[in-house]
Amino acid sequence: MTELLTMEGINKSFSGVKVLENVQFSLCQGEVHALMGENGAGKSTLMKILSGIYSKDAGSVRIHGTESLASSPRTAQALGVAIIHQELNMIPDLSIQENMFLGREFKWGRTGFVNWPKMRSEAKSYLQQLGMDLNSDSLVGGLSVGQQQMVEIAKALSMHAKILVLDEPTAALTKREIEKLFQLIATLKTQGVGMIYISHRMEEIFQISDRITVLRDGRYIGTRDTNVTTMDELVQMMVGREIKERFPKVDAKIGEERLRVEGLAQEGKLCDINFSVRAGEILGIAGLMGAGRSELAKALFGVGKYQGKIFVNGKPVKITSPAEGIKAGLALITEDRKGEGLVTDLSVRENLALPNLRSLSRFGFISHRSEREFVDESIKKLNVKVHHSGQGVSSLSGGNQQKVVIGKWLATQPNVLILDEPTRGVDIGAKREIYDLMNQLVQKGVAIIMISSELPEVLGMSDRVLVMKDESLENSHAKTRLRKRL
Amino acid sequence: MGKVMDKSGILQRMGPLVGLILIVFILSIINSDFMTVGNIFNVLRQVSINALIAYGMTFVILTGGIDLSVGSIIALSSAFAAGMMATGGNSWLAIGVAVLSGTLMGTINGVVIARGKVAPFIATLATMTIFRGLTLVYTEGKPITGLPDSFGMIGRGYLFQIPMPVIWMLVAFGVLYVILKFTSFGRHVFALGGNEEATRLSGINTNRVKILVYSMSGLMASLSGIILTSRLNSAQPTAGASYELDAIAAVVLGGTSLTGGKGWIVGTLIGAMIIGILDNGLNLLNVSSFYQQVVKGGVILLAVLLDRSKGK
Repeated sequence: MTELLTMEGINKSFSGVKVLENVQFSLCQGEVHALMGENGAGKSTLMKILSGIYSKDAGSVRIHGTESLASSPRTAQALGVAIIHQELNMIPDLSIQENMFLGREFKWGRTGFVNWPKMRSEAKSYLQQLGMDLNSDSLVGGLSVGQQQMVEIAKALSMHAKILVLDEPTAALTKREIEKLFQLIATLKTQGVGMIYISHRMEEIFQISDRITVLRDGRYIGTRDTNVTTMDELVQMMVGREIKERFPKVDAKIGEERLRVEGLAQEGKLCDINFSVRAGEILGIAGLMGAGRSELAKALFGVGKYQGKIFVNGKPVKITSPAEGIKAGLALITEDRKGEGLVTDLSVRENLALPNLRSLSRFGFISHRSEREFVDESIKKLNVKVHHSGQGVSSLSGGNQQKVVIGKWLATQPNVLILDEPTRGVDIGAKREIYDLMNQLVQKGVAIIMISSELPEVLGMSDRVLVMKDESLENSHAKTRLRKRL
Repeated sequence: MGKVMDKSGILQRMGPLVGLILIVFILSIINSDFMTVGNIFNVLRQVSINALIAYGMTFVILTGGIDLSVGSIIALSSAFAAGMMATGGNSWLAIGVAVLSGTLMGTINGVVIARGKVAPFIATLATMTIFRGLTLVYTEGKPITGLPDSFGMIGRGYLFQIPMPVIWMLVAFGVLYVILKFTSFGRHVFALGGNEEATRLSGINTNRVKILVYSMSGLMASLSGIILTSRLNSAQPTAGASYELDAIAAVVLGGTSLTGGKGWIVGTLIGAMIIGILDNGLNLLNVSSFYQQVVKGGVILLAVLLDRSKGK
């Protein structure tokens, strides 16, 4: 088989932090090469270098044997590289053909008028090539996520892509759509397209990939042929041998029940959720993206109307707004730090104080002395690396931003702390600090609900694990059993 | 302030002040009538009406909103007050009615925007028309005159030889500066404009904050209307028309971001002064009122463009 792509000795640093170190990767014609690794392992950085979004510090990228000088997504496209992102980049109010040929519409000669018959027939031919029975006039917004993804792939083919990067393509798909996608991947293989497949789902990777490369902490760990490796070997490669050490779980004394949920439901989002969590316990909630985990967290915190019962410390509560959630002793650290966790225009100090202003002010006036004391103490306790507390929060690294988000909630002295993807986009060192903090909290009798897509983290840190699937809790697993399942 | 004061930040914030000093400097060189006590007080008296509206507008814009209805609120609330006084009502009571009705009109804006989830531009465009229409209905399209002399003090009187409107402008500035900088409400305003979702999830009642800023904007407009009515010694059905534009211009000139979350009320005062002094200077220089508009618009555009290029 001919080699389509060779990446060698790739280095990349962001503001002094090495995120890729001497990484290699290769792809042959008609091959599916899976790229694995935990969040933060460097997968997406590597792919961004391939597609020209980032420039590499050192190393070489050769496409068809010639050095790629791709400096922007556009030039990378010209070299035949296309990425199908996790979040689809389509304009919902435009038709399939308009999306497919956006910015490169067929025209009548040089008139500037769109040649609709040609657009339609071209779109149709690419859709057919992928075995898709869709009307190219229909609006993209009316398609299912799976269909939108197919359109995106058809678009890539229409640009003569030879290297296709699929970033978590199945995350938001139904079972049937996944089967369809896999058929499509098989078709593309016969057409000689090379595909880089990024996914956390082991079963899928074993089903469709030819080779698997594992990255860890920005380093190249190894490449295996899929038919000779095992899941155990891959997990070991991904998380390293020191899984115990990376997750310094301390078993705290399990006490009274802090939170109980009975028959919680939210239309179209959640369905009959039942669980409880006790003081000193870390309850892990695993499951795929889109299974309703974040919705569950938000419903508990008073976002949106819900049916069902919530008990805090044994007493029934009705939580209809975040303010009432706080009053009931809950705190939510959301998954989307920039969108929901921080006010990025404000300083570290102002962000830390935001949910605590009531206790820091008197007659509506903020006591600057108490605020300063509180903020300095939080910064010290959480080891946030800042020059001064008036610094803009957007200038901090991901890990330090996350510590600010956690810090702003700790002072509300919650009984139940809900952490949604607490270590996403956080470097290893800060991760460890966040885990230590969780340990300290449970020892003080706080109950923690930790939602995470990183299975090793869920396994390493939780006392019990629940799995969410299609809006409901599938099963409660003892940790040991789940570990075997993996 | 909401923002960090690092060195470049201070320089950036001083931009409007530097512009103001520059304009004052140039005008005092080319026209000897400009730098006289009489003229300066005259300018400040004119500025006060716009400044009061612009203070309220600053709060609104900091939350990421806009209030186009302030001009109409001025007209309707002053008409109510003038109507009362013309029929023999007590001046203080009439002022109270103006303030209450103005605040209520602002609250209506806020409720429509926060609870009805209508875009602020549309909501206040609609109420601008409604309030103006109600003014015409109430006044039957005619000015209301015959106001008591005691009421004239508010807009035409002096305290220690300082025109009263200037004092109102400075007192309101002090109060609002403190609210914005030192109260949790002020902090909520910045947070709401910076990231509404994060603010709501921090347990802050964002709807309440929104309603309050529009109420404040209505309140400030009615105060401005009282001064205007007192100075004119009558309530005009067309009073305050297009005043919202000067107020928005003052806020933007002062460096407050139209997308919310960033800004300060000191800048707004400076912005209002720039506009007022420009008007006054161009008058002194005998520039025709037609050209004055062109110059004023040009200055606003230039200031904002300069501000943008610094931000990059």
